[in-house]
Amino acid sequence: MSEPVRESMEFDVVIVGGGPAGLAAAIRLRQLSPQTSVCLIEKGSEIGAHILSGAVIEPRALAELLPDWRERGAPLNTPVTAEDMLYLTETGSIRVPMLDKVMPHMANHGNYIVSLGEVCRWLAVQAEELGVEIYPGFAGSEVLIERNRVVGVATGDMGVGRDGKPGPNYQPGMELRGRYTLFAEGCRGSLTKQVMAHYDLRKGVDPQTYGLGIKEVWEIPAENHRPGLVQHSFGWPLDDKTYGGAWLYHFGENLVSYGFVVGLDYANTWLSPFEEMQRVKLHPAFRHHLEGGRRISYGARALSEGGLQSVPRLTFPGGALIGDSAGFLNVPKIKGTHTSMKSGMLAAEAVVEAIKTDRVEPGSFTQKVRQSWLWQELRTARNIRPAFARFGAMGGAVYAGLDAMLLRGRAPWTLHFKHQDNETLRPADLCTKPFYPKPDGKLTFDRLSSVFLSATNHEEDQPVHLRLKNPSLWKTVNWDVFHAPEARYCPAGVYEVADEQTAPHLQINAQNCVHCKTCDIKDPTQNIDWTTPEGGGGPNYPAGM
Amino acid sequence: MKILVPVKRVVDYNIKPRVKADGSGVETAGVKMSMNPFDEIAVEEAVRLREKGAASEVVVVSIGVQQAQDTLRTAMAMGADRAILVLTDESPEPLAVAKVLKTLVEKEGPSLVVLGKQAIDDDMNATGQMLAGLLGWGQGTFASKVDVVDGRVNVSREIDGGTEQVSLALPAIITADLRLNEPRYASLPNIMKAKKKPLETIPAADLGVDMAPRLTIVSVAEPAERKAGIKVGSAAELVEKLRNEAKVI
Repeated sequence: MSEPVRESMEFDVVIVGGGPAGLAAAIRLRQLSPQTSVCLIEKGSEIGAHILSGAVIEPRALAELLPDWRERGAPLNTPVTAEDMLYLTETGSIRVPMLDKVMPHMANHGNYIVSLGEVCRWLAVQAEELGVEIYPGFAGSEVLIERNRVVGVATGDMGVGRDGKPGPNYQPGMELRGRYTLFAEGCRGSLTKQVMAHYDLRKGVDPQTYGLGIKEVWEIPAENHRPGLVQHSFGWPLDDKTYGGAWLYHFGENLVSYGFVVGLDYANTWLSPFEEMQRVKLHPAFRHHLEGGRRISYGARALSEGGLQSVPRLTFPGGALIGDSAGFLNVPKIKGTHTSMKSGMLAAEAVVEAIKTDRVEPGSFTQKVRQSWLWQELRTARNIRPAFARFGAMGGAVYAGLDAMLLRGRAPWTLHFKHQDNETLRPADLCTKPFYPKPDGKLTFDRLSSVFLSATNHEEDQPVHLRLKNPSLWKTVNWDVFHAPEARYCPAGVYEVADEQTAPHLQINAQNCVHCKTCDIKDPTQNIDWTTPEGGGGPNYPAGM
Repeated sequence: MKILVPVKRVVDYNIKPRVKADGSGVETAGVKMSMNPFDEIAVEEAVRLREKGAASEVVVVSIGVQQAQDTLRTAMAMGADRAILVLTDESPEPLAVAKVLKTLVEKEGPSLVVLGKQAIDDDMNATGQMLAGLLGWGQGTFASKVDVVDGRVNVSREIDGGTEQVSLALPAIITADLRLNEPRYASLPNIMKAKKKPLETIPAADLGVDMAPRLTIVSVAEPAERKAGIKVGSAAELVEKLRNEAKVI
């Protein structure tokens, strides 16, 4: 396309992404320095539209950010009242005894079951009251780098046709220029990826490892609802080498959040995270919670599981990475909201200092993170996820128990991740196919009826936002060796193999994409590049998600 | 010439509406809301008339809760010049809306009111017609083409089996059909500028209009689920099933 004529606007700080990290940073910036202009963009059609989490959250960071969050009406309405960790076998389950001793990081007292989307909508209202300018429906599609300094981002063009040419209602993107830019795109951000590559931010750290979380929200009969109940499971249906498990939370008005996470370092190319998620609902430990209810929403999102070892360099000339863009999730705790928010707040403090001294890089951010409870937490937790990768589910659980009870996270060693998730798949003929039951239409469903409930929509006439860097690799690698793993790991049915018997080729139904980013992570040769579609596209998760 | 465009905030067209558990209505708490798509077409048409020089000002109005401000800001980002929010917590029926609009027409003195032909939430298709009746103005409903020529407005109307041409003396009412135009995007620079455009809020009570509901909603239910089909083995079996199970032959 010819050089678009685009408008530009100057801000002190530009924030890409309206999740907990970006919103916490925005709020903190204006609290510390009310004259600092802050602009936040979000690719979802509204704040919260792309937010997906369990979610049990620890209110620690929120209480530091807005000590009067209760009076302000933060939507943290369901305190955790009971919790179980179950080890599942195919037909039964064993409750982990003395959970608070064996897995103290799992102790959820004082925490709340929330819809993280609702929390973000509420945070956005707080931010706007403080004067933050928030623009949902605009995707950051380009990092602006001048003289090796990030000077902002540009939003994508709107109204570009499938052929890449401007259509009748074409609108060029806009340059949002900031003295500092904070990337808060969440796990595997598409601009974050570019920034990491440009400044080599991953040098000397472990590869990031990821998980894929798939979630449903159910409305169940009031007589079965036990608000505050938290149940997690590990074991069946995953084999010992595959990390993952299910969650089930009773919250809100007769709502149940149910979901399943699979570590994306899984090896069996036949594994389908979606179908694992569906079949766990049929297990006696889960079934009775959902029976008689109706499923009202569906979605999926990748999450960073690498922890401390995988955290990249956090700052670069002109900005910083915050939240899950950097990978601050605490995996054994299965929580990342409080750490994401804390990282955003610390970055805000560093940026305010950098503005005062006119420094190019808000370098004090790294120091602040290392001195905070956020780092302490991740340090204590650092060996647990790699132990699962190394010793399997049972061995990992035993290690986690010993680590908690004897070492208290102070082991003198650090276990490392050796492989990227795209390197772990085994060829199709070396793997056994799991058996997945057909959906019953009551408790279990197929992909398409699920995606329908995510209210996903993309403007139809636009270039495909999932790009194969080298299209010929698909046949020789993805099909011939791995038998199209993308058709199974994609939770939204984006990838389909057409003409399987005659001339197999990949069909990409990009309009189904729920922006989970799994394909960008797991494709064996990282041949799939997830780029931002036209702003406002993607899922429209309702309140409750 | 001034154009008035009423816009309604409705559940977004991408969202699958969910009936409340007690059957009293559709769940709107926490659901994404946006401008009624037919109203977007109306805003676009009014802005185009101004851009062509046929109009001098486009005023948008919404009747509803405080958050309807967002809808008005969107309309101003598309090009409307200013906005009026008539604030009420109720969800008024078309007759009440038409009465409120009549008082605003008397206050603002537009030559043209362009509305969406219907709102996608209640599908009433009544407000434009009622407003024309209350004001005693001509109406061009289901418009697919609008031209302002020499103090008159020519409207192509989508009717069964074709289009109908009407020529109306101004002032007049137009309701927009789907094919009238393709609305533009509210671009980011224009959204930023729209934040500074004037938005006047008037409490509904101050207008002294009788907004009491005339209709009662008895119950709201989701459409019955379609049963899965079955495969029959032969034509004879099909005939047998049609006769004895479906009882249609």
